[in-house]
Amino acid sequence: MKEPPRWYPAAVSLGAIMVALVLGGILIAFAGGDPFRSYAHIAKASFGNLGVLSDTIVKATPILLTSLACSIAFRMKLWNIGAEGQFIMGAFGAGAIVLTPILPADTSPWIFIPVMMLAGILMGAIWGFFPGFLKARFNVNEIISTLMMNYIAISWVNFFIFAVWTEGGFQMSPKFPENAWLPRLLDYAKTIPIFSGLTTHLGLLIGIVAAIVLWIVIYRSRWGYEIRLIGDNPRAAQYAGINITRNTVLVMMLSGALAGLGGMSEITGMVHRLQTTPLAAGYGFTGIIVAWLAKLNPLVAILVSILFGALLLAGREIQPSGVPKMIQGIILVCLIASDFLMRYRVRIVRAGEEA
Amino acid sequence: MQAIINILQAGVASGTVLLFATVGELFAERSGVLNLGVEGMMLIGAMSGYSVALATGNPWLGVLVAMLAAGLLSQIHAFIAITLQADQVVSGLALTFLGAGISLVLGEGLSKAGTVSLLPSASIPLLSQIPFLGPIFFKEQSYLVYIGYLFVPMAWYYINRTRPGMHLRAVGEYPAAADALGINVYRLRYLYVFIGGVLAGLAGATISLAVSPGWFSEMTTGGQGWIAVGLVIFAQWDPFRAAVGSYAFGALRRLILDIQGPTMLLGMRNPFYYNPYWGFFLQMLPYAFTIIVLVIGSREAVRKRLGAPAALGNPYIRGERGL
Repeated sequence: MKEPPRWYPAAVSLGAIMVALVLGGILIAFAGGDPFRSYAHIAKASFGNLGVLSDTIVKATPILLTSLACSIAFRMKLWNIGAEGQFIMGAFGAGAIVLTPILPADTSPWIFIPVMMLAGILMGAIWGFFPGFLKARFNVNEIISTLMMNYIAISWVNFFIFAVWTEGGFQMSPKFPENAWLPRLLDYAKTIPIFSGLTTHLGLLIGIVAAIVLWIVIYRSRWGYEIRLIGDNPRAAQYAGINITRNTVLVMMLSGALAGLGGMSEITGMVHRLQTTPLAAGYGFTGIIVAWLAKLNPLVAILVSILFGALLLAGREIQPSGVPKMIQGIILVCLIASDFLMRYRVRIVRAGEEA
Repeated sequence: MQAIINILQAGVASGTVLLFATVGELFAERSGVLNLGVEGMMLIGAMSGYSVALATGNPWLGVLVAMLAAGLLSQIHAFIAITLQADQVVSGLALTFLGAGISLVLGEGLSKAGTVSLLPSASIPLLSQIPFLGPIFFKEQSYLVYIGYLFVPMAWYYINRTRPGMHLRAVGEYPAAADALGINVYRLRYLYVFIGGVLAGLAGATISLAVSPGWFSEMTTGGQGWIAVGLVIFAQWDPFRAAVGSYAFGALRRLILDIQGPTMLLGMRNPFYYNPYWGFFLQMLPYAFTIIVLVIGSREAVRKRLGAPAALGNPYIRGERGL
């Protein structure tokens, strides 16, 4: 049988999204909303002009990094559902640099930002290490352990913002000094006027560079080949002498590091203070869906993240408020169901033609 | 002493939630289907049960609808996992997203909707007079708690001593052999995924109509569906061990809530009362314990060569070699 044409998987995914949007529309109507208005609103409120497009990209940045985190882990069939917690711990690590304070508030951004990046990566990697180690050493199911680590991460950060770094008893830390902010487009509005008011920040660039590096690692490096082999056929990988135990720990740490970098980018580029509500907004979970929709390809994930950034951005104003979450769920259901079409392709056979 | 009894009594009620969800997942996994959508099905159950009870004034009708709604949702997973033979992990995750999303949309505004008549509770005469254990297990407990007591031995007997139970185990261990004996593998798997969904719905309704009444969006379940999935591994697919784990976790949940209340603890100043921020570390405990319990369960499974049903997570494709 012929290989399916290159466009076929993309067409199936697109079809799955279409079906999901129709199903979502029916449910919105059932809940008393107007599906056409909701969807039109999503499109207008996220791509309508340069300002909202920038907001969409800001929303897409954390999703991109968490989806990369999921892509690398899922590639090895390690089900890291804990990107959410690793993301939050990354933000905590970056925040700790400012709030402890490890670096004084007047540090140059050229030192501040790299140190915060390292701290975010480190905390995320630590949060990925535990489930990876438990999986490798004791065969502990990583789906459940990573998920439990999410709840622990939220409580951990809550403790610090309530008890240690609270600003006047509120559930948040003081604002970071501007030296510790990622540069944003609007910072250059004086020289390039069109950038005024645009909050797109350096995190986007960090995410794109990470995506490209990850693509090279997965598809062009020896290590990436090992990871893919373990994912596709662990037994063959073992016979080939690949160390599965070590790779389990390493991939979980890399996955956590990417999510942690996402948390660092979000807190230094967008939130500018340590606070759980805007951080624990489900980016880790959206990352799972984006990774799956992008077929675990880091470069495709860039595009898909922007679509989901739009959905989340516009979704804030839609009533009922659970709609974006529900649509994400329906999309994932349709996607996984459509995998069936990948394995058993429908072929049209004309009469008289050999089947 | 009375304080300990109160905590354990509330812990049993709270553990009943986990009990239903865990045993439900246990049934699905015994048939060879891993359903990670427990959290989503529980949310659907909690939301639909509460809203039906609110609309009709009849909590039992709420429980019934909760069970049906969650059972219906589980069939999406069954279709994807059994008929389309897709990856059960991703499908289960999708079900959790879907269940959470639908219950958030349909449950919009429900939290402010007013009071609802809850499931009745009762004391068992004589049994509740037993010192210590009586008040914990048999005094002023919800009817659902008593249903839970009866349910565990029945589930064990069904799985291990009856003919349909043997078919259930066969389908999960060696579906090809079961098929050769004329057992309809697909139909049985659909059935037990449905039963798992129904029980998860019951667990959800147990929360929203008895244990901690109300609809608090995703906080209603707060990850208990995932703890249930973890408990199945700890329980090594045995209902009695599932019950022990569920009640222990229920008691832990209550302990965390109640320990922060009193000013004095065991004759000392209660450190959790005077340092309320320590509460955040207490909140981590159920999740940390789930991981610990998983380590214990996984190690034991390796040591005793016990473990998951052999065909767990694998779709059955008729005519293919192997499991």
